[in-house]
Order: sequence, then C-alpha cells, then structure tokens
Amino acid sequence: MAGRRQFGEVILSVENIGLSFGAVQALSGVSLEVRKGQIFSIIGPNGAGKTSLLNCINGVYHPQQGQISFKGQMRARMEPHQAAAQGIARTFQNVALFRGMSTLDNIMTGRNLKMRRGFLWKALWWGPAEREELAHRAQVERVIDFLEIEAIRKTPVGRLPYGLQKRVELGRALAAEPEMLLLDEPMAGMNLEEKQDMCRFILDVNDEFGTTICLIEHDMGVVMDLSDHVVVLDYGRKIADGPPEQVRRDPRVIDAYLGAAH
Amino acid sequence: MLEMIYLDPLFAIEVVVSGLLSGIMYSLVALGFALIFKASGIFNFAQGAFVLFAALTLVSLIEGALFGVKLPLLLAAAVTLVIMVVYGMAVERLVLRPLINQSLIILFMATIGLNFFTEGFAQMLWGAQVKRLDLGIPEKPWEGLRLATGITLSVFELVAAAIAGVLVLGLTLFFSKTTTGRALRAVSDDNQAAMSVGIPLQHIWAVVWAVAGIIALVAGMLWGAKLGVQFSLSLLALKALPVLIIGGFDSIVGVIVAGLIVGASEKFAEVFVGPYFGGAIENWFPYVLATVVLLIKPQGLFGEKIIERV
Repeated sequence: MAGRRQFGEVILSVENIGLSFGAVQALSGVSLEVRKGQIFSIIGPNGAGKTSLLNCINGVYHPQQGQISFKGQMRARMEPHQAAAQGIARTFQNVALFRGMSTLDNIMTGRNLKMRRGFLWKALWWGPAEREELAHRAQVERVIDFLEIEAIRKTPVGRLPYGLQKRVELGRALAAEPEMLLLDEPMAGMNLEEKQDMCRFILDVNDEFGTTICLIEHDMGVVMDLSDHVVVLDYGRKIADGPPEQVRRDPRVIDAYLGAAH
Repeated sequence: MLEMIYLDPLFAIEVVVSGLLSGIMYSLVALGFALIFKASGIFNFAQGAFVLFAALTLVSLIEGALFGVKLPLLLAAAVTLVIMVVYGMAVERLVLRPLINQSLIILFMATIGLNFFTEGFAQMLWGAQVKRLDLGIPEKPWEGLRLATGITLSVFELVAAAIAGVLVLGLTLFFSKTTTGRALRAVSDDNQAAMSVGIPLQHIWAVVWAVAGIIALVAGMLWGAKLGVQFSLSLLALKALPVLIIGGFDSIVGVIVAGLIVGASEKFAEVFVGPYFGGAIENWFPYVLATVVLLIKPQGLFGEKIIERV
C-alpha cells in the first residue's frame, strides 16, 4: 500500500526545531513534512523525543529554535487550544480522559470548538443553546457508531477497560472533525485483538474522512503496515526519513534499535 | 433535667432541623473552596477572606462609603457582585496565571498570601469596625409553624437556607447541564486533555474565580447578617474545612451533604452530648467527625477515589 498512494500538499511543516529543558536537549534540528492524507509515523527508542515532538506540534511545548507551520500558517507561540482551533486533535500516551464523565460526555467535549454560541449562551441550558447542543449530540452519536462503542455510551470512563478507554479518547479527538490527528502510542498496552481493531479504525478514519494522521508507535509490525511515511528519532535527532520499506533497511535505524556493530 | 430533654422528640427535631439549616450555610462557604479545588487543584486559603471582603463591601456601600451615596440593598448587592467578579478574575490573572505549571504547594502558599492581602485590603478600604447588616429578613420564630407543630424555627434561618439551597441547586445544574459546566469538569479532570480539545484553560479559570467571588458574596451576606460584619467572618474558612474533609474536596454533592451532616451533628452533639463534657463542644465536634472520616475514607464520603497504577 505504502508509496503507491498519492498525497496532497504539505499540511504540516516542521523546520529545524530545537527544544531543551535546562541542560537536556530533547530535540535538535528536527525537520519533517507531513502531506495531506498521509499516515505519518514517528518512531524511535525510548527517550528519543517522540512525544516532545508531538507536544511541539500541538503547542504544549514551545521550541526554542526553528519553526512550525500548519496549513501554510507560520505560528509564533501557540497554545494547545489554538492548535485545536486550527484543526489539530490528539490523544495521549497515558490515556487522558475526563474520568468523572461518561463516554458520551467525554466525546461531547470534543465538540467544544464547534459550538458557535457564545460563552454566556453556553452557560445556560435554554432555547438556542439547547438546540445547538442537540445538533452536536447527533454528530457525537455518529462517532460512537463509527467506533462501535454504543454499549458504553453512558458508562463513566473510569470504569472501562484500558483498550476501550483508548477508543473513547480517539472518539473525543474525532468529534472535533480534525484535519490532523496526533496519536501518541494508540496501541500501547493493548492485546492483539484490540490492536487490530485500533489499526482498522485508524485506516478507516484516514480513508473515510481523509484525515491526516501523525502517530507514535512502538509496535514495528503495526508501524510498517499502517504508515505511508516514517521518521526515526534517536537522542532528539532525526536519523531516517522515508517510506517504511526504505527506513526498515536503513543501517542507522537498525543500529539505533539494536545497538551498534552487529 | 437531662432526662426531660431526652423525652421530648419535638425538641430533638427542632435541634436537628435548625442544625440542618445552618449546615446549608456551611455548605455554601465550603462550596467556594470545592469549586476552585475541583477546577484547578488549588486549596484557596483566601476564600474566607473573600467572604469578609464581600460582606464589608456590601455593608459599606449601603452605609454610603462610596461618595456619600447610600445605596439600597439590592443595588449595593449588584455593585458588590461586580466588584467580587472583577476581584476574582484579577486574582486569577495577576496571582495564579503567572504561577501556572508550578507545584501545588506553591499555589497554596500564594493563596495564603492572598488571604492576608485580601483581609488587609478589605479593612483598609472599608475600615475594621464591626458593622450591622440588615437584609430585611426578620430574626424571629416562625409563628405559623410553632402553632401548628410546636417546633420553633427562626424565619431568618429558613430564608437563609432557602437562598443557599437555590444557589447550590443552580450551581449543580450549571455544572451538569451546560457546555461551560462540562468544560469546567473537563479542566478539573485533565488540564492537558482539556486544552487539546480546544478548551481555553484561562477562560475557565476566570469563570471559576468569578463564581467563587459570587459564592463569597452570598455567604458574606447571610453570615454577615447573622453574626455581624466583622473580621471573624474570614474565620468561616475554619468551619468549611471539616465540611470539605467529610464531603471530599472535589465533590459538589459531597460538600452539600457534608455541610448538612456537620450542621445537624454539631447541634445535636452540643445539646445531647455536650452536657456530659461541660458544654461548648459545638466548635470542635466537626473536627472530631472529620478525623473519623479521614481514618475510614481518606478521600471523603463523596470524593473521587484515587487509584494509581503502580
């Protein structure tokens, strides 16, 4: 599949970014380009800077050097909620759901940005605000259908098994109808069956909605199967960049994963 | 003497009900704490000072401290409301936002500083003498009820409890039914995730601090009318503490129920157990109760159980 698909223009461009925390250099000189409609994977050993990179993309961290532009817009200093407003949704490495809320309410928060009524309206549950809420409910139900989680709509997410929590988190990101979806280890801690489900959902999202996907994953089999393009980080630097079959054979990548000289 | 008290069930009911009524007012004070704790993980030590500030401002406006114009109660309350909302939002902007991402103990210390500042600021503006606040609610027993059932309850306490009850109900609906309320719960559950779905953290915090200011005003009005507007209003925070421990710091429902429990049990204990200890156990009884709850359910009766993956 990889390599044969055609992609649109560059949607996200990361140029030469550097990020440090005190003396620790988390990222240095990392550049990459994600094209519209791609499934783009970032891999690398533990501590390579993968999550830091994702955090820079959605504005949690602000790199000291370099620049990031999304949909051709250069950003100065962006906060996560502004990234969300531009169409970037994400999931987290350790599931970050609103534990006190039901599945439905969690996914409903994903619609937050789509709600047009102003702040005071939102503070009331009345008239236009109520009608708007109902329209969003319909959209949320479509996401729930899509992810096959009808049975747990009303369940507080804290009670769900881990695999399902990850699915709800994906649902919350999808509810925002993002142009770009950042997935931080969407399959970590899952069993084989759950992984297969998640792969299917990722492919379907990409296929049906044309959503560009940028993911971090440790399961090499999954990465090589899913991805159109792979970037490899090691010690905060990019060591490889290309289609999966090329990256797989790259001696530097093999070194990074297995240790040098073999 | 003691025997006689035990034998009168009406008197027991009267004690418990009047305890419940003041309990609602404890809930009100504790609610201000719970709200901020829930949304930001901060224990706002200054909430009691907010109550003092609100009550002093209100009473001073009524007495004509502003350009010598004596405002009527409702107008004064409206002006105070605006002042409290602005003050709450200013605190968020000037004190807490610069400390974002600092550890919670630092935020807590900042609220201790805020507490002293607010107390001093309020008294600098409006003076430190004890003032009387008259809300126009009569402080006398409700005759109708007394004649019908023989139970004596103060009209003021009933009205105060009703006002507190309406506010509590309104806040509960606000949090459970509205989009802003849901955004607020989202922020309280997970900051990062909330921001990633596009909820601007600062707006939500501003709302929370503004609402805390409003709660402080209502609490200040009711408690100020009951006890007189004076410095000791800021010590109401100490009454809220056992309520928070019993109910759970992050539970709105828990705080309401715990306020009722504290109110009813402290009165009950005072009247029926107090005589064995020489009386005046009302003030420390809630702490004993809170300690017992801490031993059995450290997260409070309704607090979220913290399960950590090890």
